[in-house]
Amino acid sequence: MTAPLLELVALEKRYGALVALKALDFRLDAGEKPIIAIAGESGSGKTTLASLLLGFAEPTSGEVRYDGTPLLRMNKEERRKYRREVQAVFQDPFAVYNPFYRVDHALSEPLRLFGLASSRSDAQAQMRAACELVGLNHADTLGRFPHQLSGGQRQRLMVARVLLLKPRLLIADEPVSMIDASLRALVLRSLRSLNRDQGIPILYITHDLATAYHIADLIMVFYRGEVVEAGAATDVITAPRHPYTKLLVGSIPWPDLETRWGDDQPILRDERKFGMAGCAFAGRCPSAMPECLRDHPPLYAAGSSASRCFLDRSDDILDGASLHDFLARSARTDDERIKRSP
Amino acid sequence: MTAGLKVRDLVVNYHTDAGPVAAVDNVSFDVPAATRLGVVGESGSGKTTTALALIQLLRPPGRVDAGSATIDGIDLVALSATDMRSHRLRTVSYIPQGAMNSLNPVLRIGDQMRNVLVDHGEMPPDGKSGPVIEAALAGVDLRPHVAQLYPHELSGGMKQRVCIAMGMMLRPRLIIADEPTSALDVVTQRHVMQTLGRQQQEIGSALILIGHDMGLMAQFVDSLAVMYAGKLVEIGTIRDVLTKPRHPYTQALVTSVPRLHHRGELGGIPGVTPSLRSLPSGCAFHPRCQHAVSQCRSTRPILDRELGAHRAACHLAGETS
Repeated sequence: MTAPLLELVALEKRYGALVALKALDFRLDAGEKPIIAIAGESGSGKTTLASLLLGFAEPTSGEVRYDGTPLLRMNKEERRKYRREVQAVFQDPFAVYNPFYRVDHALSEPLRLFGLASSRSDAQAQMRAACELVGLNHADTLGRFPHQLSGGQRQRLMVARVLLLKPRLLIADEPVSMIDASLRALVLRSLRSLNRDQGIPILYITHDLATAYHIADLIMVFYRGEVVEAGAATDVITAPRHPYTKLLVGSIPWPDLETRWGDDQPILRDERKFGMAGCAFAGRCPSAMPECLRDHPPLYAAGSSASRCFLDRSDDILDGASLHDFLARSARTDDERIKRSP
Repeated sequence: MTAGLKVRDLVVNYHTDAGPVAAVDNVSFDVPAATRLGVVGESGSGKTTTALALIQLLRPPGRVDAGSATIDGIDLVALSATDMRSHRLRTVSYIPQGAMNSLNPVLRIGDQMRNVLVDHGEMPPDGKSGPVIEAALAGVDLRPHVAQLYPHELSGGMKQRVCIAMGMMLRPRLIIADEPTSALDVVTQRHVMQTLGRQQQEIGSALILIGHDMGLMAQFVDSLAVMYAGKLVEIGTIRDVLTKPRHPYTQALVTSVPRLHHRGELGGIPGVTPSLRSLPSGCAFHPRCQHAVSQCRSTRPILDRELGAHRAACHLAGETS
C-alpha cells in the first residue's frame, strides 16, 4: 500500500500557554483531489496550519508526513522534491514579487531551479501557455514589472507559476482577500480549473466562507485550534450545525437583499475565558449548557457533516482516522447530489 | 432643516508633470441626513479620492479644481485649512481603511479620546473627561477599562471600534467610512458595521461607505453609487442597483460576487481598469464591455442630472440587462 500523500499525525503547535493548533489528525491519499477549505477567524489556527505544512514553523508535537516521510526528517533530495511538489499561493500578491525584476522572473526561476525547461525558448513557451490557462494575455503580462499589474493579475500569475511546476498539492492561504471583489472571481476560477483540469488537490485557507462555498468540495471550520465542523461544502453553508459555524455563516454579507444580517449582535470572543476546559466556544455560545463548560465535545457525525457540539450528539463519533473516510464519503455524496440536481 | 450632503460637479485632478489627470470627473450626488450611500469601484476608480476631497486630506499633486460639497450650508471643499481642522470630527468624520493603524501607539486610548474633546473646545484641558469617554466606548460595546489600555493591547476589531467611537464623539453631520472592515473577519466585520450603523442612526448623520464588496453594501447602505475611471457611472437605491443594474459595469460587478443561491457561478470582469492618464475614447468602459457599439467608442455617455432617480451613464442603459 502506498503512503498517503499528506498525513498530519497529532499535529500540535503551542505558543507558551496558547494552543494555536490542537492535536490535528488529517490525511489526504494519493489520487484524492478535493478542494478542502480550512475556514476560521483570526486566531483559529488556520495560518499556523499552513506554516506547519510548508515547514515554516516546527510543531510542538506530532508531525507532518509527505509521501510517508516526516517533513523534519527529510534528506536534501526529499526536501527538494517536497519543495517542488507542494506549492503555495499566499495572501499578498504585492509582497511576493521582487520589484526590481520583471514578473517573468517569478516564473522562470523555478523552471530553471528544477530543470523543467530544455531551453530558454521552451521556458518562454511554457510560461506563455501557463498565462493563457489562467486567463492572462501573455503579451500584456510577461515582460512587465509587478507595479504595472493589478493585484488580480499578479495573483493569477502566481497560479500560473503553480501550473508550471505541476505540483501534487497546492496550499492557498487567503489567496483573494487582498484583491478587489470584481477580480476575485477570476482568481478563484483559475484555482478551480487548476483543480479540475490538472487534478491538483487544494487546501484553501480562508476566513471567507462565501468563496469557500463556491469553490470547495469540503469545508473544515476551525475554532481556536481545532475542527468544530467538517463536511460537504453544501451542508456546512446551507445547514450549519455547530453554533460557531452558524455565527460565521450568519455573518456573511451576501449581496442579496433578502438574506440580511439579523439584528442580534454577535457575541464576541472574550479573551478572559481562554484556556478553560470544556468546549472552546462555550464562552460565546448562546446555547451553552453546564456540560459544555466541563467536558470537551468530540466530533459527532450525522449525514454528510460532523459537528463538535453536544447539541449534535450522535452515536457516530469521529477520530482522526475515521474523519478522513467520513470526509471522502461526504464529498462523494455531495457530488452525486449536485449531479442529480437539474 | 438638515438636508444632508450635496456634492455638485466635483472635479479632482492630480497635477502631474505630464499634465492634469482627472481622478474625480464631474461627480454629483446627494446623501440626505440619516441615510447611507455606498460608493463602489475598483482600485483607481476615484472612490477614495472623492472621500479625501470631502475632508480635505488630498495630498499634492491632488487638488479639488471645481465643484462643491455642502452640508448644513458649509462647503467642505472651500474651507480654509484652519477652518477644516475645526470641522473635522465635528462636521465630518473620516474612518479610513485600517483606521486602527491611525491610533497613537504610545498614548492610552482614553488620552487620545480626551484630546479630541480638548482640541475641539468641548472641555478645558484640565476637565474631567471620564464619563464622556465611558459613554463613547459603551456606544461601540467596549468596556470602560479600554480607556486605560494602549492600542497594542486591543484586537483589530476593538481598535476599529475605538476609531468609530472617536469619530462619533462630536456627533458629526457626515461620516465617511472608507473600507472600515477590510482587515477584519466576517463576524467582527458584522459587529463593527452594526455598531457603526446604530451610532449613525442615533446621531442622524449622513454616511458614505466606500468599498468594493457588494455584499457589505447590500447589508448596509440605502443607495449605491458606482464609480469607474473617475466617473460616476450609476447611482440609485440599493434595491434598484442590485436587482436592476443598468450599466454593464455594474451588471458585471453584481455577478462577480459569490451569491448563496448560485453556487459555483463565478462571474468577474476581464481586462484591467484603464490608466487615468490615457483613458479610452468615448465610454471608458467600452474595451471591457461585451455590449459595446460604435457610439460607445466615439461618444462619452453622460449621467442624466435628474437627482434622486436611478441613473446610469451608458448609451445602452436599460437595454443590456
